[in-house]
Amino acid sequence: MAKDQKGKKRGFISRLGDSQVWKSIIRTGVPRNRRGRMFSVLNSVFLHLHPVRMPRHAVRLKYTWCAGGLSFYIFCVLTITGILLMFYYRPTVEYAYTDIMDLSEQVPLGIMREIHRWAAHLMVITVWIHMFRVFMTGSYKPPREFNWMVGVILLVLTLLLSFTGYLLPWDQLAIWAITVGTNMARATPFLGHEGPGAALLSIGDINLVHAGSDVRFALLGGRFVGEAALLRFYVLHCIGFPFIIIIFMAIHFWRIRKDGGITTPV
Amino acid sequence: MFPMDKHKNIPNDVNNAEENEQISGQTDEISSDSANPKMDSVDEQNLDSKKPEVPKGEPEKNPAQKRASIGKGSIFVEPIKRRSFFSWLTLAWLAFTAATGTFFGIMLRFMFPNVLFEPKQTFKAGYPDDYSVGDVTTSLKEKYGVWIVRSTEEIYALSTVCTHLGCTPNWLKNENKFKCPCHGSGFRKTGINFEGPAPRPLERFKITLANDGQIFIDKTKKYAYEKGQWSDPESFLRV
Repeated sequence: MAKDQKGKKRGFISRLGDSQVWKSIIRTGVPRNRRGRMFSVLNSVFLHLHPVRMPRHAVRLKYTWCAGGLSFYIFCVLTITGILLMFYYRPTVEYAYTDIMDLSEQVPLGIMREIHRWAAHLMVITVWIHMFRVFMTGSYKPPREFNWMVGVILLVLTLLLSFTGYLLPWDQLAIWAITVGTNMARATPFLGHEGPGAALLSIGDINLVHAGSDVRFALLGGRFVGEAALLRFYVLHCIGFPFIIIIFMAIHFWRIRKDGGITTPV
Repeated sequence: MFPMDKHKNIPNDVNNAEENEQISGQTDEISSDSANPKMDSVDEQNLDSKKPEVPKGEPEKNPAQKRASIGKGSIFVEPIKRRSFFSWLTLAWLAFTAATGTFFGIMLRFMFPNVLFEPKQTFKAGYPDDYSVGDVTTSLKEKYGVWIVRSTEEIYALSTVCTHLGCTPNWLKNENKFKCPCHGSGFRKTGINFEGPAPRPLERFKITLANDGQIFIDKTKKYAYEKGQWSDPESFLRV
């Protein structure tokens, strides 16, 4: 097989494309026509989330601002830098603050934590811009109404990731911001001990919803922002919410394709 | 008429049988004296010019057992017996659902630990004579979140939680006020708010004397000024 039909010696890349290893990974050959292109997209787990074809005018930067794609890109940056930060950060009252100081002053380049922080700010901004673009282009209308709802869930998850990450530096700003933020949970109807309806949930004189059993307690693992709250926020920030958001992101991207690609300018 | 509604598994071919079924239903009433439904259907076939392929008595009894052709092959649909509803499979699914539901309950309960490594909600705070008149004692603030204030005639325990958004104010002795560093709320020594965004006075905790004469504070019981609860005899200690 080293020579083709004309008797010429074939190059390395050409032979590689014919090898079993290559063919077992990438089933389709080099796409040379519309059908080939479609097959190569459909047969790749990464590409198949993306539409096979899309109208030329739908991908104009002026139309999409690429806000959704940027959000996903920043999410990838955050995942990678976040995993790297986990090698140095210990979520305990004793070490959390000093580990953050260590990360920005002693760890080589001192930039990984800053990238993570700035990317986190940026992701909130790009997600909002994406939301705004989708709203202004009417892309929430049928048949895309389900994907809009998935998008709303993704927005909430983005904000929750931002909120849980806020506590981890364990400085005064973080502690009091989370104290103020979680105090809102006290007023949750029925679930918060100061919320409406909480007094109704009682057996005789015993309140079922009190400061030690309400939704705020579940979030903090205690009655105030302390050791348990730091650990819970750390776990939610590093494992819980990323796990959920990845599932919803997969649904979101796949549904764009199934709903007929992105909207086109009128 | 939509035969698909009645028998979802059986497409087009059966349409005719379906129609005839209805006709036979009507004629059945006429020849209802006949004891044998099968004979009945045979009679029908002879009479009716639009002869059905399928014997008529049968589809009424066992509609699902009809043979339906789909393309080249054909399918048989087993009739669902009433008793088979409570099968082992159903039980297994019920058990699985119950187990999963229970586990979700366990997951919820798991988030509420039995033992908290926090300072206790009720504690003794020394003898009344330990506190001098006019002083705000800040030594219990860090651990218990309480200021003990002794005025000329009473001792009361103030909560250190700002009524604006829940930060912890500081006692400024020179200015004779509590000042919150978060948003600048200010409270008098009594706990009454007078500046900043705080909407109501600081709360007071239940304060009583224990059997050994020590001050006993119970943080689970709060008294709010705006509800008129500061006149409650347990909201202060007369000295």
